[in-house]
Amino acid sequence: MFSFIARSLIQKVITLFFVAVISFLIIHLAPGDPSQVDPLNPKFTPEMVERFRSQFHLDEPLHVQFALFYKDLFTGKTVSWKDNRPVLDKIWERFLNSLPLFIVGTLLTWTLSFPVGVASAIRRGGLYDRTATFLSYLLISIPGFFFAYVMIIFVVTRFHVPVIGMETFGLNASSWLHAAMDRVWHLLLPSILGATGGIAVLSRYVRSQMLEVEGQDYVRTAKAKGLPEDQVHYRHALRNALLPFVTMFGLVLPGLIGGSVIIESIFSWPGMGRMAYEAILARDYPVILTVNFLSAVLVLVGTFISDLLYLVVDPRIRL
Amino acid sequence: MNDEREKAILGVSDREVLPPAEGRLRSFWRLFRKNRMAMAGLAVFGLFLATALVGLVLTSGTDPLMDPATVRLQEKLRPPLSKPNLAMLRPKEVPALGVYLFGTDDLGRDVFARMLQGAWVSLTVGFVAVGISVIVGIFLGGIAGYYGPRPVRADRVGASVLLTLGAALLFTGSGVTGGAILVAGHLFLFWDLLWGRVPLLREKMPWVRVLRVPLFSVDTLLMRLVDIMLCFPSFFLILTVVALLPASIYNIMIVIGLTSWMGTARFVRAEFLSLREQDFVTAARALGVGDLRIIFRHMIPNAVAPVLVSATIGIATAILTEAGLSFLGFGVPPPHATWGNILSDGKRFIFDAPWLTFVPGVAILVVVLSFNLFGEGLRDTLNPRLKERH
Repeated sequence: MFSFIARSLIQKVITLFFVAVISFLIIHLAPGDPSQVDPLNPKFTPEMVERFRSQFHLDEPLHVQFALFYKDLFTGKTVSWKDNRPVLDKIWERFLNSLPLFIVGTLLTWTLSFPVGVASAIRRGGLYDRTATFLSYLLISIPGFFFAYVMIIFVVTRFHVPVIGMETFGLNASSWLHAAMDRVWHLLLPSILGATGGIAVLSRYVRSQMLEVEGQDYVRTAKAKGLPEDQVHYRHALRNALLPFVTMFGLVLPGLIGGSVIIESIFSWPGMGRMAYEAILARDYPVILTVNFLSAVLVLVGTFISDLLYLVVDPRIRL
Repeated sequence: MNDEREKAILGVSDREVLPPAEGRLRSFWRLFRKNRMAMAGLAVFGLFLATALVGLVLTSGTDPLMDPATVRLQEKLRPPLSKPNLAMLRPKEVPALGVYLFGTDDLGRDVFARMLQGAWVSLTVGFVAVGISVIVGIFLGGIAGYYGPRPVRADRVGASVLLTLGAALLFTGSGVTGGAILVAGHLFLFWDLLWGRVPLLREKMPWVRVLRVPLFSVDTLLMRLVDIMLCFPSFFLILTVVALLPASIYNIMIVIGLTSWMGTARFVRAEFLSLREQDFVTAARALGVGDLRIIFRHMIPNAVAPVLVSATIGIATAILTEAGLSFLGFGVPPPHATWGNILSDGKRFIFDAPWLTFVPGVAILVVVLSFNLFGEGLRDTLNPRLKERH
């Protein structure tokens, strides 16, 4: 157990190092230079460009830049090139905006997919199962931005509620209840949109796990004993089918930092995804690299947690 | 004569050594036909292929039959199926069908012609991107599965690190250091090879053996590479690279392809690991068949089923990704239409001209859905456990 943890930690640190190197190379070897963002701007005199380059170490060789960047990152001193604010502060601020979307979306995904998946496994081949299967393919295939516009048209014309942004502008005069409902309405659509793909995929997965367990001998034995249907399905089958999902808690983690670029830009939601998108447009390398690095850390931590959970849950696995 | 004796020895009659009455392809088709959703997917896919080809012919060239770029400002935002106002148009500007089948956009361009032009982009992005990812995946997965246990020696790692570092530095501008490292790498490689060939050197400098210790296996190297690639948030990475590179459809194809091969590589590796231990591979090797022939003639055809399934679903994902990128304004430069940028241009008019959102949206949905259903049907049909039941 201990040696497994140690080995896996070392491996993850090495992986992280290579991720850092590769993302740094991708960004810096791409054609174009961040100091030439706006060559038409009259304020961009050659002296300015020179000062900019030396201030952000762009005149150093690549490996020196790499070392300087990650030294700054680990001491928390990295600043955005666009507005000179510390990157970590910026990310934290946007992270707090994205967090409600993530929490509501994850809750929706996990609470909806299990009942749907289990029910369609129990009624395998029936009308409910076929409808659920088709609907989940539909939800996997629908482009998020198209679905977003369909929902916006529906909600705005049907309920006459504004949904773009985090809250309706200039509403602070009204009562707190009104303001709270406003926030909920604004939160609802982007969260649903963020969750659709997850619901479709996860419910299919729940269904296939459940079907696998339902085919086991002990389930047949339980049925043959004459136990009530519900007891067989929920006490015998479901409990064992849930096993692999415990490990999936770890894999939720990377979603914390990604945010959805497309959904957040449609709804003008000032979250992580939008920040990353704006950073890409402005060639704000420190922000891009930091977001990339943090999300790689979360992926690695997530897989580590899910490995550990597997060890705890499944006694058959001994490493 | 030889055959006869063999049969006599094995004790089988003529009938039993005949190939199975039904070929692989036929039995596959018999099973596949029963899956109605997958058949519908296949039909839509055929229709899409035909549309894209016809669209390419009709909308390209200097004087196309249906010009997706004709601007008619007096006819802007006309709803679907409306008749053009012939009195206001020059003969060249009249739509070829005599009617705006899908309406016109805010510049009066015929949405039907633009959709036809965009179909080809979606099709090629899907197929080329998945083609790249499948080739890379089969190549790396195959190497990891077949040559996996072979060790990678310290001297080879050293030489490749020196050479890559030198080349990278040379490209990024620090010419002197890069060149020096590159030369050092070549010298090291040359000396290392010489040491292996010349017995005299080996006697004089036995300590060089330290450089030849195996560090890790080929399998470890490639699978760690897969782990590294999986750490990148894929849409964000694609967006970054596409935004930094000059706008072109080929960059999108290559980038999507190079960021989505990991699944294929894992499948192929797993298949190769189990195939390598099977009797027919051992038999081929005993006959003296070369590695390449074993891999390409005997193993890849047996490993291709899961790859086919993931490739079909990969096409769906690639089409969605491309649509998302064009929606955000990256990708094909503006006058050229793609389904994503028709939708993106139309989003300002969602309440006045909803067809600009719904036509491309539904088209993407239907095409992606058909690929997903087709892929799932393939998965079910190619599943060996299912085959035995029928």
